[in-house]
Amino acid sequence: MADDKEISRREGAGEVGAPSGQEYESLIPAKKGLGELLAPAAGFGVTFANMFKPAVTEQYPFEKVPTKPRYHGRHQLNRYPDGLEKCIGCELCAWACPADAIYVEGADNTPDAQFSPGERYGRVYQINYLRCIFCGLCIEACPTRALTMTNDYELAGPTRRGMIYEKTDLLAPLGEGMLAAPHPMVPGTEDDDYYRGEVTGPVPEQIDWVAQWRPDEPSLANVQRTEAGR
Amino acid sequence: MTTTTPAASTGAPPVEQVTLTIDDVEVSVPKGTLVIRAAEQMGIAIPRFCDHPLLEPVGACRQCLVEVSTPDREGNLRPMPKPQASCTLEATPGMVVRTQRTSAVADKAQHGVMELLLINHPLDCPTCDKGGECPLQNQAMSNGRPTSRFHDVKRTFPKPLAISTQILLDRDRCVLCQRCTRFSEEIAGDPFIDLQQRGVRQQIGVFDPGVLGFAGSEPAEVYRGVQPDGTPISKAEGLPAQDPAGPAGQATVDTSGRPFASYFSGNTVQICPVGALTSSAYRFRSRPFDLVSTPGIAEHDANGAAIRVDHRRGVVLRRLAGNDPAVNEEWISDKDRFAYPWQGMPDRLTVPLVRERAADGTRGELRPASWGEALEAAATGLAAARDAGGVGVLPGGRVTLEDAYAYAKFARVALGTNDVDHRARPHSAEEAEFLAHHVAGARMSVTFDDLEKAPTTLLVGFEPEDEGGIVFLRLRKGVRAHRNRVVSVAPFASRGLERLSGTLVPAAPGTEAEVLDALVPGADGVLGEAAGLLGPDAVVVVGERLATVPGAYSAALRLAERTGARLVWIPRRAGERGGVELGTLPGLLPGGRQVTDGAARVDVAAAWDVERLPETPGRDASAILAAAAAGELGGLVVGGVDPDDLADPVLAREAFASAGFLVSLEVRASAVTQLADVVLPVAPPVEKPGTFLNWEGRPRPFPQALTSTAMADHRVLDALADAMDVPLGLRTFGQVRAEIDQLGGWDGARAAAPSVAATEPPSLADGEAVLATWHLLLDAGRCQDGEAFLAGTAQRPVARVSPELAGHLGVDTGAGLTVRTERGQVTLPVVVTPMPDGVVWLPTASTGSAVRATLGVDAGAVVRVQAAALPGAARAEVGPAGGAAQPQPLTEGEER
Repeated sequence: MADDKEISRREGAGEVGAPSGQEYESLIPAKKGLGELLAPAAGFGVTFANMFKPAVTEQYPFEKVPTKPRYHGRHQLNRYPDGLEKCIGCELCAWACPADAIYVEGADNTPDAQFSPGERYGRVYQINYLRCIFCGLCIEACPTRALTMTNDYELAGPTRRGMIYEKTDLLAPLGEGMLAAPHPMVPGTEDDDYYRGEVTGPVPEQIDWVAQWRPDEPSLANVQRTEAGR
Repeated sequence: MTTTTPAASTGAPPVEQVTLTIDDVEVSVPKGTLVIRAAEQMGIAIPRFCDHPLLEPVGACRQCLVEVSTPDREGNLRPMPKPQASCTLEATPGMVVRTQRTSAVADKAQHGVMELLLINHPLDCPTCDKGGECPLQNQAMSNGRPTSRFHDVKRTFPKPLAISTQILLDRDRCVLCQRCTRFSEEIAGDPFIDLQQRGVRQQIGVFDPGVLGFAGSEPAEVYRGVQPDGTPISKAEGLPAQDPAGPAGQATVDTSGRPFASYFSGNTVQICPVGALTSSAYRFRSRPFDLVSTPGIAEHDANGAAIRVDHRRGVVLRRLAGNDPAVNEEWISDKDRFAYPWQGMPDRLTVPLVRERAADGTRGELRPASWGEALEAAATGLAAARDAGGVGVLPGGRVTLEDAYAYAKFARVALGTNDVDHRARPHSAEEAEFLAHHVAGARMSVTFDDLEKAPTTLLVGFEPEDEGGIVFLRLRKGVRAHRNRVVSVAPFASRGLERLSGTLVPAAPGTEAEVLDALVPGADGVLGEAAGLLGPDAVVVVGERLATVPGAYSAALRLAERTGARLVWIPRRAGERGGVELGTLPGLLPGGRQVTDGAARVDVAAAWDVERLPETPGRDASAILAAAAAGELGGLVVGGVDPDDLADPVLAREAFASAGFLVSLEVRASAVTQLADVVLPVAPPVEKPGTFLNWEGRPRPFPQALTSTAMADHRVLDALADAMDVPLGLRTFGQVRAEIDQLGGWDGARAAAPSVAATEPPSLADGEAVLATWHLLLDAGRCQDGEAFLAGTAQRPVARVSPELAGHLGVDTGAGLTVRTERGQVTLPVVVTPMPDGVVWLPTASTGSAVRATLGVDAGAVVRVQAAALPGAARAEVGPAGGAAQPQPLTEGEER
């Protein structure tokens, strides 16, 4: 390198890690006296101190420690209290995703198959957990609070295909008194009423509709008839 | 090459310039320029909704307000008291304009207008199809308030309203800019929607008594949506059925029974600056950021309209109009826009198929095979067939330039024959002569621009709207802007001709040649009037249908010579003009070289590096099929040909069935592949690069949109020739292009003009009529498969008869009529139409009216007609959206 003086390489340019030509000089002032003698053993201070503290090793998977409540875990697609899905298939989560992990296709709600309030629902909803970086931007983008994150962190699997979670995997289980979609909206309501939380549970019309068209629906069993559904 | 009209731009005086100041920058623009355009030229974007460069200014949305000062008589700058709409304001000398960039007044005014527009806007962007590419969304961000101050109940309408099966209207989102209504009025000329009511209730709507609130009227039914598989789940009804012969013209009802069926309605969806107009086909399908956009060229007609293909994950989701001022401006027909699913149907062929024959010649089952095996089988079979009588080649009329060239070369070099003809439709020897004489090698003699500027356009055998698509829009633009005259030689004045304010020269089918010869100045009535309009500036448009009229092309050439008018041939299909230029005709080699011309043969043989080319002109498509049916030909190579498009479908099927060896190059399973010995799958236009030559002769190249393993025809033919040990050298797209370029044009001898005498019109017995027929733009063609919403906007098929014939038969509009030949019959509702006596018109290939397949005849033939009862009840059944399997009866009668 010293022979290259004529080429006059620009300071800081060239290969990374090339010797600078100067000896290393520590900026920490060197210790004197006893300090200098004990310096080689001083680094063990932390080690010795920890011998007298309790162990923090977690016995996962035999003991599962709860996460912090706002931990970014697996996603969940939520439902309104009457069981209709909140997702409208708007793809804003897919738009927001920096890792391109989300794929959504919307479709038309029809009177025969009403999955969410309003005109549109998410027909296809996939999150690829091989790509997801759990940043939570999708949650912030969701206009209906359909997409939230759970604290479930056990996301591993033997196949790549299995790591692409479909809508059925992500949809929240039916809560207390919910009626599985599809079924009509509460009569007399609009999608805005759902957003405002004015629907508190399935009304008899919805229960009758499901009973008529899907008499074998399991969620009919635990449905509570809230006469005033809103 | 192009001979422009005398008023060429070079001799015109320079346009007067005016100088004004916008945002403290001085700029000179041509007189008459709008302030918003002048600002655009300087790179200053003024927000706007109603303004569109191709529509007349209207100043409806008020979003483009700017502060303006103009000098008064003394030259003192006087500010206008209020902000002005820059989209309706012409620039004047000395004007000082301040936009939102430099004026707080303009900025505040724009914010105020935006706030007003958003008061009733539902802000349902996550649901709306326009979200992500919405001018309202974008400009509310750039020129609107960050938060809303409106805390009240918004005005709502039931939504969405199905204007047609294809177009949905969401009135909540509308900002009343009137782009859609102005498009329908100014550009397409079929105002199917308009502003209704006043004040806060003002809304866009169809002419619907329900919306207008007439007493006792039923409101339009709201669109009910589709199932995930795309099938409509409920009726898309809006209007009670109306008298089909009502004031708007005859039978302009679509299949759902609406009185307006527009072929250009999809353009309103594209120019809508909010999500008020959306299409059923694209409803909730995707977002703009999902889509990969590739420029393309529409493959459905000979116009070569520029389009944009939007696709996601290998699936085309929509097509939009591209902007090509020389060809389609910014408009395309609905067929170009919506008829794309055929390229991805489940019956797409993906692997080669091979069929063994038993010793007695009966066919076995088609089975999938490797490319190597299929090519080997095809090569062996074709080589044997070549030696046993020869092989005919039918490429079909939809191939690209490159593929046409490959077919032409394959036929001559590998098969050693001139038996190649791309005309999968009725044709004649006279037409071939006409094409060789007038069309082949004549580049760009007439352009879209010429059509717009020509003071007179004479249409012969050419329905401007149904067979022309955007040719109609150009003609109409000329008629509106320059008071051009359109004259049509046709049996009756179609609605398209009426909207061109055209003059009809009535001609029964088969008499076009006589009528053209009778167009001499001083002739009686409309003939003399039309002849007087024809001069050297005029354009005569002849359609491909004239091939069925003996002597018509000869007469058109005579007329052009007599008057000095320019003559242009506008076919229907995208590949027709390219086929003529690239030699897929029995008498033509590439570049308009004639087969019979020794020098031309030597030229091509040298370029192709072969000893000699076949010398005798080949058979045309009909003769090829007849020869194959008679066993004279050893085999056939067939491209995209539907037997039902051919002049005699029965003969065609017989030929395919009895051909010794049949090779089919197809995109989808078809009537030909069912009979083929070897089926070689080829790529549809969206999966290959290529070039269409439009009717002007303008090359329209397009890139490959989708990633695909499917191969273009030229590559398959090259591989097939390789298997026959005949190197074609057409493996790659670049090789084909280079070879076409190297071969170049031909300045040698051209073919002589045809001179065929007209035939006498047939005499009619009682109960007989002469058949007139042409294709509607939207019909039952195979390239429109898979798009039920588009099919719903097709015109309802009807039979048209002259009043005298109707009186004689005792039928009236709405009754049924049976048209019969020995081969079959067609029964359709009647619309009595003023036309020459003894003529009956049928759509050629619409649902329930497949003229060639059912009747086995074409225009000019004598058919038997009689009154008939219509199938189904005698009331107007409003069919399910797009699913009209049967022609619906037309009688009125409201069930409610």
